[in-house]
Amino acid sequence: MLDQTVTADGRTIGGVVMEMKNITLRFGGVEAIKNISFDIREGEIRAIIGPNGAGKSSMLNVISGFYIPQEGEVWYKGSRRPPMKPYQVAQQGIARTFQNIALFEGMSVLDNVMTGRLTHMKTGLFAQSLWKGKAEAEEIANREVAEKIIDFLEIQAIRKTPVARLPYGLKKRVELARALAAEPSILLLDEPMAGMNVEEKEDMSRFVLDVNDEFGTTIALIEHDMGVVMDLSDRVVVMDYGKKIGDGTPDEVRNNQDVIDAYLGVAHD
Amino acid sequence: MPEQLAFTIEVFLNGLMAGVLYALVALGFVLIYKASGIFNYAQGVMALFAAMTLVGIQNGQVPFSHLINAIFGTDIHKFGWHVHSFLAIALTVLVMIVLAIAVQRFVFRHLVGQEPIILFMATIGLAFFLEGVADLMWGSELKTLNVCAAEGACLPQGLNLWIDETTFNAFGYGFFIDNLDIVASVVAAILVIGLVMFAQYTKQGRAMRAVADDHQAALSVGVSLNFIWILVWSLAGFVALVAGIMWGAKSGVQFSLSLIALKALPVLMLGGFTSIPGAIVGGLIIGVGEKLFEFLIGAPFLGGATENWFAYMLALLFLVFRPQGLFGEKIIERV
Repeated sequence: MLDQTVTADGRTIGGVVMEMKNITLRFGGVEAIKNISFDIREGEIRAIIGPNGAGKSSMLNVISGFYIPQEGEVWYKGSRRPPMKPYQVAQQGIARTFQNIALFEGMSVLDNVMTGRLTHMKTGLFAQSLWKGKAEAEEIANREVAEKIIDFLEIQAIRKTPVARLPYGLKKRVELARALAAEPSILLLDEPMAGMNVEEKEDMSRFVLDVNDEFGTTIALIEHDMGVVMDLSDRVVVMDYGKKIGDGTPDEVRNNQDVIDAYLGVAHD
Repeated sequence: MPEQLAFTIEVFLNGLMAGVLYALVALGFVLIYKASGIFNYAQGVMALFAAMTLVGIQNGQVPFSHLINAIFGTDIHKFGWHVHSFLAIALTVLVMIVLAIAVQRFVFRHLVGQEPIILFMATIGLAFFLEGVADLMWGSELKTLNVCAAEGACLPQGLNLWIDETTFNAFGYGFFIDNLDIVASVVAAILVIGLVMFAQYTKQGRAMRAVADDHQAALSVGVSLNFIWILVWSLAGFVALVAGIMWGAKSGVQFSLSLIALKALPVLMLGGFTSIPGAIVGGLIIGVGEKLFEFLIGAPFLGGATENWFAYMLALLFLVFRPQGLFGEKIIERV
């Protein structure tokens, strides 16, 4: 757990913060995930890639508690995690975004980001409703974090806009802001670049890198665009038909024959 | 001051007071609708149930006594004690919380993700079920509700003499305003301020709004849906109790109490289903509107009894011209 490495660009990557051990997930008779193990280390950007239907999103849902695997163990911060509800996982410091965006459409951008601070609100009900004492200080502190993240992701101009009015690319960014507001130990991003044009993809890539660099946030992301992932991540897990077919640095993975076959197809004769 | 004008003002004031009572019922609807998208048809019955439970506990009535007597051939009706009003109210709140947990556990947990119309049907079922339980538990006879802080310090009834005398001295016309209505208005104001502060500033209030908006997103920021739903049904139960106390003190605790829910419908259409202040303003407009309309137009020109339909006419007009109500969320559509 104590092994630390320093990457070429000077970031420190710490010990294992989350470990998946022999995870198997079934839906009826279909095995979405077959006996997969991998780990996530503190401070790294860990990507899970694979063709459509490989089980990437299922894996993310296992980590975030939306699915409970039939077999296998999830280890988080050195202890085994019992089966949990998604909200309990969130309270433990694992924040996520969704492939199809799940925002509070009726609320403003700021209110959305503030909901990310819910797990950090600790003062009593009565003090909060009267806006007195500790509650006031806490609210101001939470608000500061939210504003800092809004600045960081360059969405100040739309702070007060109802989310329903925003275009797709900005919604994705607001969702990232809300997840970040929780100051998570692990940030899970489900296809953060899906459905974006080249410019938006570049923006989002920059934000992912900056978040990791600036806040030291551990990030696990799913993507099926190989190019983007290879540039972003420190280590990559490759999945295909629910199985793990590769795990390592982008360079190692790129030269892995199984991975090449899965992505480019293989001649059957 | 001319008699006619003074009388109009009195009608107006009485309308406001009646409106407060409508608003109290409407509030319960808004709370549940906001947080779960369920239109709770049973809200009126919940008010009835709460009021009956309060009276039953106060008078030391044995719950389900008819049933027990019929099965075991006993003849018990009362425990023989009298419970202080405050304690009885606290116990009734507990009962309403238990009811909220039961409703969530046995009904709505199994209907997560269903169409709104199915959830609505479930609440109709709940309304009949609850009415039956209330009958079985406390009996169906008309009961009088006296909420007293101490001996002789009860919820006031009847004409407020002080207002009558003061206004008579000033204008030569004594205003008739019911003491109970004044108390109801103050209570409603406190309740609304409390609820708004709760929804706006507290963690649970924010979580409530989050759940109302998007379940998946709420889960991902660490909100337990189950907890929030139970919280909301408990709050609605509490509001139902307050409404039940006020209506019960006014007209006795009887089964027609559950029909006041129907009057809350036009209130909601005016105020918007999702706005707490809207429920209040909507209630006041309906209360004042129907009293003034009856007094100025209904009785002299239409043969009276317009109070029965005025609220629904007004609601219909709103549905045509402003379907989201006065304060409802704007309907935003992206094409």
